[in-house]
Amino acid sequence: MTCKAAVTASACVLAHVPSFVRYGSKPSRVIRQDGAFLASLESRLRGFHEAVAYPPHQVFIGNLGPQALRETPFPWYENPSSDAAPSGPFGRIASEKEFLVLLKRADACGLVQFFGEFARVQEAGELDDPPAFAASGENQAAALPLFHNDEVVGSFRGDHEEDESLTASVLLENLAAKATAYLALEQLLGQTDLSDEPPPDFLINCSEEAVGDRYQRGGGNLAKTVGEMAGLQHASGTDVKNFCAGPLNAMVLAGSLVAAGVFDRVAVVGGGSLPKLGMKAAAHLEKDMPVLEDVLAGFSAMVTADGEGPQIRLDHVGLHRIGADHTQQAILESLVAEPLDRLGLKLSEVPLYATELHNPEITVPAGAGDVPRTNYQYIAALAALRGEIDRTEIPRFAEKHGLPGFAPSQGHIASAVPALPHALRGFRDDGLGRAFFLAKGSLFLGRMTRLSDGISFLLTDE
Amino acid sequence: MDMERQTEIQTVVDEHGRENLIVLLGATDVDSLALAAETVVSGDPSYAGPLAGVSLGLPVFHILEPCLRAQFPADLYKEKLGLVSMVVDLPAIGGALDQFRTMSPPE
Repeated sequence: MTCKAAVTASACVLAHVPSFVRYGSKPSRVIRQDGAFLASLESRLRGFHEAVAYPPHQVFIGNLGPQALRETPFPWYENPSSDAAPSGPFGRIASEKEFLVLLKRADACGLVQFFGEFARVQEAGELDDPPAFAASGENQAAALPLFHNDEVVGSFRGDHEEDESLTASVLLENLAAKATAYLALEQLLGQTDLSDEPPPDFLINCSEEAVGDRYQRGGGNLAKTVGEMAGLQHASGTDVKNFCAGPLNAMVLAGSLVAAGVFDRVAVVGGGSLPKLGMKAAAHLEKDMPVLEDVLAGFSAMVTADGEGPQIRLDHVGLHRIGADHTQQAILESLVAEPLDRLGLKLSEVPLYATELHNPEITVPAGAGDVPRTNYQYIAALAALRGEIDRTEIPRFAEKHGLPGFAPSQGHIASAVPALPHALRGFRDDGLGRAFFLAKGSLFLGRMTRLSDGISFLLTDE
Repeated sequence: MDMERQTEIQTVVDEHGRENLIVLLGATDVDSLALAAETVVSGDPSYAGPLAGVSLGLPVFHILEPCLRAQFPADLYKEKLGLVSMVVDLPAIGGALDQFRTMSPPE
């Protein structure tokens, strides 16, 4: 191996934001058509303690190992963790009140205004009159009410009357991504002993928001704003997008930048996706379940040239090339078999695979299946097709080399990276040795192509 | 099934006639498969799309069912579908589709 890029730390965070579920893309569309849906939604929102004790969330912040979920009977929302805490070794779960304060701290342009008790976090000056709240079809720059505990505690305004990229709802999405990306960065920096190790000199943001105005919708750059919020005065940054594969693309680019000597330390950050809140809430309510998509998620990782941690094998990154077939089989051969062949490894010689880690309790009731379980079965079937294992061993291989899904359905954040802090702990404490990360991106969703994409890499301590 | 796909199906039915069509499904999750089958047989169960209340009654099959497997060159099938066929629960897939079929698939 010629290139050195070590992953030295990684953090995963959640912000429990039940009052923001109404602003998720699907709930807001349903509410516009059927006002009664809002009352049903609100009747099944979880309190903070419920969200903290939810076993998948405890796995997300590292208080439980993923395997603990295999010993927890369904429904997980009725089997809370007895030793649950809002802080864990990988990060923390912010309450809605903390999130509102974070949102205000993230707001450099006066978009957030609080009333009453929350006005104390207002930075300076007297409160203005509350602005008019938006109704459909009205002035696009009008404000959205910010709720907490069923009360209006503030407002969030748009910033241009004719610009669809600067409406209150778009800016709220962007600022929520910034706030949660910052939370993940703050936790990452907290894991790093800054007296021994300098802060990152570059940040790469892989969130799924689209920051920009009408002339450059989605132009970015959220990374630098997150670094600004963290006080990283000597750093700069840029954004990387690739749908759900964005975080792994960002990790490979971060590794490449440090291996090439461009930067010494690169922090990868990803904030949460507000549009995905309550995405499957209708199905959950229909099945008399609580609204489980009530959290924003964030992720971060530090990649350095000389730090202590497993190396990204940059010389054998897996790609799903433009000309490649896009059957499941072809994608997995490109992303898994091909790089492992080049590395001279069998599939069975990698103890841990990290792929989409969506919580099945969220996806199964909505008819989307147990995504991690299916993916691990495919990886095991690939091992069987290649003659490494017998077909009858597929379920055992999938369980031994895989993880149960524990990530909220936050798209890019659920895609492989929640396994990273667990893997780092495995390298450090349990002699894990190797972990393989793969992610797929649904390029076709943007209507520019019918292609999908994917990227993968091996993390190794060799 | 999303709105766009339902519209496409309605267009194809209008163009070719339902008697000249079969629906070949590929979903490997039984619940998703049943939803898709119901949509093209009885209509959109969510009553949200263009096929809401439209009973097309199209014959539904899954690409991994034995009766269809024989229609493909063995090498091509192995290359494209070998992996998936090792993982799916074929009896469950057949069972999920049987409830929407008026006649059994050929052996």
